[in-house]
Amino acid sequence: MMRGALRVGLSVVVLLGLTGCAGDFRYNWQWSILTCTSENIDAGCIGPYFYWILQGLWWTIAVASAAWVIAFSLGSVIGILRTLDKPILVVVPFVKSPIYFRTRWIGTSKGIITVDVGWFLHGFANIYVTVFRNVPLLVQLFLWYFVFPELVPHDAGMWLKRDLPFPEVSTAIFCLGLYTASRVAEQVRAGINSISRGQQYAAMAIGLTPVQVYRYVLLPVSFRIIIPPLTSDFLGVFKNSSLALTIGVLELTAMTRQIEEYSYAGFEAFTAATVLYIGVTAIVMGAMRIVEARVRIPGMISLQAK
Amino acid sequence: MNETKDTTSTDGVGIIQMRHVSKWYGDFQVLANCTTSVDKGEVVVICGPSGSGKSTLIKVINGLEPFQEGTITFNGISVGDRTTNLPKLRSQIGMVFQNFELFPHISIMQNIKLAQMKVLGREDNQARNRSMELLERVGLTDQRDKFPAQLSGGQQQRVAIARGLAMDPMAMLFDEPTSALDPEMINEVLDVMTELAKEGMTMMVVSHEMGFAKRVADRVIFMDQGRIVEDATKDDFFGTPRGDRAQLFLSKILHH
Ligand SMILES: Nc1ncnc2c1ncn2[C@@H]1O[C@H](COP(=O)(O)OP(=O)(O)OP(=O)(O)O)[C@@H](O)[C@H]1O
Ligand SMILES: [Mg+2]
Repeated sequence: MMRGALRVGLSVVVLLGLTGCAGDFRYNWQWSILTCTSENIDAGCIGPYFYWILQGLWWTIAVASAAWVIAFSLGSVIGILRTLDKPILVVVPFVKSPIYFRTRWIGTSKGIITVDVGWFLHGFANIYVTVFRNVPLLVQLFLWYFVFPELVPHDAGMWLKRDLPFPEVSTAIFCLGLYTASRVAEQVRAGINSISRGQQYAAMAIGLTPVQVYRYVLLPVSFRIIIPPLTSDFLGVFKNSSLALTIGVLELTAMTRQIEEYSYAGFEAFTAATVLYIGVTAIVMGAMRIVEARVRIPGMISLQAK
Repeated sequence: MNETKDTTSTDGVGIIQMRHVSKWYGDFQVLANCTTSVDKGEVVVICGPSGSGKSTLIKVINGLEPFQEGTITFNGISVGDRTTNLPKLRSQIGMVFQNFELFPHISIMQNIKLAQMKVLGREDNQARNRSMELLERVGLTDQRDKFPAQLSGGQQQRVAIARGLAMDPMAMLFDEPTSALDPEMINEVLDVMTELAKEGMTMMVVSHEMGFAKRVADRVIFMDQGRIVEDATKDDFFGTPRGDRAQLFLSKILHH
């Protein structure tokens, strides 16, 4: 933790140095503008701007956290679905087949018809990841905000446009969540696939059902393995949330720009925002390191599969 | 010859019955028309060169790997039938792997308790008592709160055997249980297995430990290129002249 704090401090100093002293760059820093109150009307202050920054930070954290909840839960499910390689057979009730047939997803056994649900789920998960990972996030944001309400049935579109609470924020959360879910899904899939096949055999051999195999063996181990990449995905969602300003969410970056427009103190505002972004990132990384240490398995040097 | 559709017959006394089983990985045939049966209380050792399909033969028995042709029944239940409850079937067959495959994130005790509670529905106390009995039996009671990575290979394999026995299985399958072990640890595992065999456990053991085979096996199966080439009683296998491949193989593993 100490080292982390030191590193953050150093980064900030370096940053200030770069913006303040580089070459012929002369800038009259006026930090007081961030804390000015509306009495200083002559100074063009309708602040206090520092509150604007805190408000922006609040929305950034709110959007990122809510999006992460979606990303983590949906991404885990999709990642798991992508690892299904065995059929999940569901018996079709009441219907019997007089003839024998068997395809990849439907077949008979003694007249009983079984459908391989796993085949459909696996296919859905693959398509999901391909689509959401390969369309630029900004495009996705615009599609959800401007295009999607026009595509759905008229009433639903009207609801989205008129009655959706906090429309910009909701859309941003939803969009960021779905996009990040595709990244989480890939981490989860990679984590599960890195576990040796023998572990799965062993779990199945003692009689666990497929769901239990995941619940008690594959997931506890693979989530431990993927803590570092998941941390960086969480930081990604936090940083990507700044794109939400394009549809009008007043998060940290948007607020910073607004301060610049009102007060011309752009450098001060952006420096403050930068420090806050780095600060939050450092806190998250520190927290995840603690989590990692707490779930470490005794005696294990590395969790990677043999 | 082709009995693909016959999934009901249970004639014979074999608890494990395998008839004309073939399996392919793509175009590659791993098992070719394998037929054998194992009676209750019998100990069968399977040997053969690397890649001959021994592990696969073991894994199709409890449905860990699917097969395309033939029939396998365990205790009268067809393994290949799409409607068979495979998890339930597997819970009645213990299995031990070359690389132990203990679950790394839970303690030794929890490793043995897990399936007892989640599959058999035993209470925590009951499962703990049964686990203690088994740990005592494999001589590892003092290791119960450690994690798998903190144990030696031989100790891990003994825990794995205890984990299988905890389900009170009708048969045990072993896939090269000692071949990942240092020589000084092989015997501690073989001793546990020998004792188990003497108590009348039905066992199928893939192993090249011919000393073990001579001591406890009732029958020996020799596999080559996916086929069961020899399936003989122990005395016949070690006593009388056999096919060239088996002889060559035996002479290689017995003389080093
Ligand atoms: N998942 C798989 N996909 C394709 N081929 C496979 C797969 N698993 C095994 N094989 C092949 O099937 C053959 C039999 O494998 P198997 O593991 O049963 O052999 P084995 O007799 O147990 O060998 P060993 O003594 O090395 O353990 C080998 O040639 C192997 O390469
Ligand atoms: Mg093998």
